Amino acid sequence: MNLTLALFLVPAVAGLAAFAIRSNRVLRFLLVGTAVVHSGLTAAGWVYPAAPVFGGWVHLDDLGRLFLSLTSALFLAASVYAVGYLRREAPGRQTDVEEGFLFMNAPEATFVGCLLLFLSTMTLVSASQHFGLLWIAVEATTLASAPLIYYHRHHRSLEATWKYLLICSVGIALALLGNFLLTVAATPLFRNESALLLGSLVKDAVLLDPRWLKAAFIFFLVGYGTKMGLAPMHTWLPDAHSEAPSVVSALLSGALLNNALLGILRAHNVCVAAGPGMKAFSSDLLVLFGLVSMAVAAVFILKQMDFKRMLAYSSVEHMGILALGIGLGGSAVFGAVLHAINHSLTKAMLFFAAGNILAVYRTKSIQDVRGLLRVLPATGTLWLMGFFAITGSPPFGTFFSELMILKGALDAGRTFVAVAYLALLALIFIGMAASFLRMAQGTAPKPIIRTGECLSAIVPPAVLVAATLVLGLYVPPPLLALLRRLAQWLGGA
Amino acid sequence: MNTSIDLVMVCLVLSNLMLVGSSRIAVCIRFVALQGVLLGLLPLALHHWLLAGASIAIKGTVFPWLLFRAMREANVRREVEPYVGFSTSLMIGVAALGISSWIASRLPPLAPSISPMILPVALFTMITGLFLIVSRRQALTQVIGYLALENGVFAFGLGLVREAPVIVEMGILLDIFVAVFVMGITIFHISREFDQIDTEQLTALKDTPS
Repeated sequence: MNLTLALFLVPAVAGLAAFAIRSNRVLRFLLVGTAVVHSGLTAAGWVYPAAPVFGGWVHLDDLGRLFLSLTSALFLAASVYAVGYLRREAPGRQTDVEEGFLFMNAPEATFVGCLLLFLSTMTLVSASQHFGLLWIAVEATTLASAPLIYYHRHHRSLEATWKYLLICSVGIALALLGNFLLTVAATPLFRNESALLLGSLVKDAVLLDPRWLKAAFIFFLVGYGTKMGLAPMHTWLPDAHSEAPSVVSALLSGALLNNALLGILRAHNVCVAAGPGMKAFSSDLLVLFGLVSMAVAAVFILKQMDFKRMLAYSSVEHMGILALGIGLGGSAVFGAVLHAINHSLTKAMLFFAAGNILAVYRTKSIQDVRGLLRVLPATGTLWLMGFFAITGSPPFGTFFSELMILKGALDAGRTFVAVAYLALLALIFIGMAASFLRMAQGTAPKPIIRTGECLSAIVPPAVLVAATLVLGLYVPPPLLALLRRLAQWLGGA
Repeated sequence: MNTSIDLVMVCLVLSNLMLVGSSRIAVCIRFVALQGVLLGLLPLALHHWLLAGASIAIKGTVFPWLLFRAMREANVRREVEPYVGFSTSLMIGVAALGISSWIASRLPPLAPSISPMILPVALFTMITGLFLIVSRRQALTQVIGYLALENGVFAFGLGLVREAPVIVEMGILLDIFVAVFVMGITIFHISREFDQIDTEQLTALKDTPS
């Protein structure tokens, strides 16, 4: 059987099977087992690349495989974390941490089933070489992840789910329009059939009608940009991330946003191949949306009262940095692809730590969390390391990748962009430092029930932050070569 | 053949005006289903029997059934006090029709499509859908807006793309079906949680401290 197909089918079958399983122990075993198999298969794909299937529609190219590896690694970490999380979430009625009412959790079978289907749809996004199939897969990720946000069955998570469903579905409907516009642009290529295959579009991109291609790119950017959390289409993101269980937030931020970015990168790839005029058009739009996202995120981070929402806005910021890096071209593209890896690892790790904090302090308010380092030494240390990593401080990988993006801006002679980028990064650093350091230091304000820190809640974030640290000190040569290849493919140097 | 296609176009325009002007949700559900059936008829002109059949079956029968069920469960009959009143909505609808025609006339010329009217009609349907989503408060009406938006995009694709791969169209249809299904379940939960499906209730999540 083809490896790429197996990568898609294993979590899909396991996910469907999970709905029929009643035993929680079996469900958790299935979750971790599938994650291990999936990451093993993904790793095997690097050594033995699978041949394209379905006439080249499904194929893992370098970019897709890199994003899939990130998704798969994060999912493995999340599945281990989820076992501890599900054990902590005792069955029966729960007390809400903010308003004190009682609510029920969704059945564990639904939760595990949707998690696995979510992994399967994200795999399909990475492996789609056809724009139509890509669209179907991205919409499917929304539908598979919506029930995950509604795990805690109360009115706030319901509100977040509704916003997520409606805003993302509308956004993705606009991306469908982008698909049709791209087909129109491609009519000179395919007189008889409309094959929206990435490979053939890139090969003959100069023949595409530029007016329709521009229109198509705008709709792709707005459509997938909604899903990716680019401002001003990001409004679903803070609500969904703050109300979803932390393990789901980690997957949304670390894996799902990257997959939406992949949709934009595919469209940008066609524009880059279509000639300098089209490349300048798509690049300038990416730079614009990138800076706007960073600015919006900075404003909301500075006055944020809720630490999970702060992490969510930080995701908006980093998606902005990625769009900016891709748009700037040159060495910034290299930086952006590396930053996508660093951001995923760091943000997932921070959401795991946030979940640990929420479980013990039973509040999401930054004001009410004090003395993390004393109450939860391991989580507190991870929280501080995560803070330095996410704000791009040395020696973490994010510092290196953010520096590459700055270098790209300066190389391109775009001083204004470089200054704005630095100023926004500094503002966000100040905003986050005020909250993170305050939370870590001091003494706990009220008697906190110490439940102890179990290994499944500490090891996944610790491994992820270690990976970011390693990437800051040493990028393995094969990864370096891969990043160079991808940067060239996406119009960088 | 051309007369019947033109008739379909006129019906689509009228159904859009009904959608923005009607306060009764049952009427909106019927008209958005009618749009789906009319759009399902168009692929027949291109001899896509499978696509036409699936599209008519899902948009003409399954969606109205799901939406009527959600309507009964949530016990809502009308869109009361929308953000934009119904007569104003109707006027905005007429203006949107004018704007759509103007935009369509300014787009670069196309390869022959099934009708010269398809572009303005598709744009008008998309704008109607977006307008319904932002101007109505009932979750159910917002889903109807989403369906109208999808219908518009679908019409756009039909008008511009001669031969879309059927498998992609079927995948899109499946996605929309699951989307409406999930939204229906969510509406059911909203009605149980809040005793109504007015999205004005969904304003607890914001950034300023309350």
